[in-house]
Amino acid sequence: MMNTDQIKSNEPVIEINGLKKSFGQQEVLINVSLKLFNGENIAVLGKSGIGKSVLIQCIVGLLTPDDGAIIVFDKNVASLNRKELGELRQKIGFLFQSGALYDSMTVKQNLEFPLRRIKKNLTENEIEEKVNEVLENVGLADALNKMPSQLSGGMRKRISLARTIVVDPMIMLYDEPTTGLDPVTSDEISSLIIEVQKKYKTSSIIITHDIKCARNTANRIIMLSEGEVYKEGKVADFNNSTDPLIESFFK
Amino acid sequence: MKKFHPVIKVKGFATKHSIKLSEKTLAKKEAADNFLTDLADVMLFITRIIRETFSPNFEFKEFFRQCFQIGYKSLPLISITGSIMGLVLTIQSRPVLVNFGAVTLLPGMVAVSLIREMGPVITALICAGKIGSGMGAELGSMKVTEQIDAMEVSSTNPMRFLVVTRVLAATLMIPLLILYADALGILGSWAGANLKGDVSFVLFFNQAFSHVHFMDLFPAVIKSFFFGAVIGVVGCYKGYNAGRGTESVGVAANSAVVLASLLVIIVDMIAVQITDMLI
Repeated sequence: MMNTDQIKSNEPVIEINGLKKSFGQQEVLINVSLKLFNGENIAVLGKSGIGKSVLIQCIVGLLTPDDGAIIVFDKNVASLNRKELGELRQKIGFLFQSGALYDSMTVKQNLEFPLRRIKKNLTENEIEEKVNEVLENVGLADALNKMPSQLSGGMRKRISLARTIVVDPMIMLYDEPTTGLDPVTSDEISSLIIEVQKKYKTSSIIITHDIKCARNTANRIIMLSEGEVYKEGKVADFNNSTDPLIESFFK
Repeated sequence: MKKFHPVIKVKGFATKHSIKLSEKTLAKKEAADNFLTDLADVMLFITRIIRETFSPNFEFKEFFRQCFQIGYKSLPLISITGSIMGLVLTIQSRPVLVNFGAVTLLPGMVAVSLIREMGPVITALICAGKIGSGMGAELGSMKVTEQIDAMEVSSTNPMRFLVVTRVLAATLMIPLLILYADALGILGSWAGANLKGDVSFVLFFNQAFSHVHFMDLFPAVIKSFFFGAVIGVVGCYKGYNAGRGTESVGVAANSAVVLASLLVIIVDMIAVQITDMLI
């Protein structure tokens, strides 16, 4: 399998051109184009309902775009069959807003679930080691046998992150990772996002409303407005902007 | 003044009455379109279930877990309802048979009634309530909390893992539960017969089974498989296609019970007609 070391840092791992997505009469994404380069974190900002989550759901093929191209690792997502899409998804980690932990399984079973299906050649010992390793990485080694209902919001997010990184993804898609968390836990999640980027050499798209999280984690920020990319730039560009829409987020 | 918005413009000929009529026609057309779309959706869902059932990497572990959930965990409820069914049927029928001097036919009558009709239909309706609603609510809440999407993005086919296992487990377990309910029903009937008389266990069962023939049991078992499949498919379809809000979980569970119960009755009617033609 390809790994991120084989891709140059100035090469895009995701390239989106002219993405369009509507739900009935409601046009959500009208013309979105962006690139995610190898090893970088980009934060996507915008008002609620602007289509930020729709954007990353289109990337993993959970939603089908009406028009435009999404190229991930030089493959057009729209042209992949179910098997090829499954193989591509193995390289992409998706952290859901709600955590999406499987209620009927313990934390251990939640982590083993994708591992047993994606890394089929691992032995029982290797699976156990990998599960323990990621749980330690997210600071919840003692939660192994707990049920998701016994976890707090922050713990659920961490376990969900652990379940995502357990299969060594090359791209991480975070859907509002700090929403609904207190400021301290939000900072911890932001730190974890940076740790994951460094340790697993991932490239990430972070969908967020949390400006602090965007400032802490992103190498680049993209702001969406009215279905299009409104502004793209470094964190400093957004901090110094006098644009009323950007100021309403950053000041 | 009431305003009428022309739906179909007919130059110079559109009257208030014709506009009203066209609105009604369009509403009916939309309802018919929706019905046909839903029907096509269900057919596609069933086709996917069949295709995924025969594809490699069958989820055996989840299938056995579902068999345990649907079969073993329904035993207490089916035990109680099955035995009460036989007991009540006996108590209600006994005075009539006594009047006709045919009380010796009681075990046979109860056994045939239970095996042919009451056991399968009542047990299937109870299963539609317990198992159908359970599937609708479970899969519906998994949809709402993005667990099905999480499965999809982690390269697991949720249709194969969640739906196929549940539908197959229901198709296999519900006929077993029905046979179990039949057996307990006859046992309950023996208890009922002994409330106002004294019948030995062996004599009662000998008399009961002397009236039961292969063609009483065989069509009942076959239709039980269809009941199981209907309950499984409806429960999973409603849950899997639930909306995004929490309200849709309740709607999925509720509509799963209503539709599954209705379909059980319809399947039973068709099965009775076919059996009647064959015998």
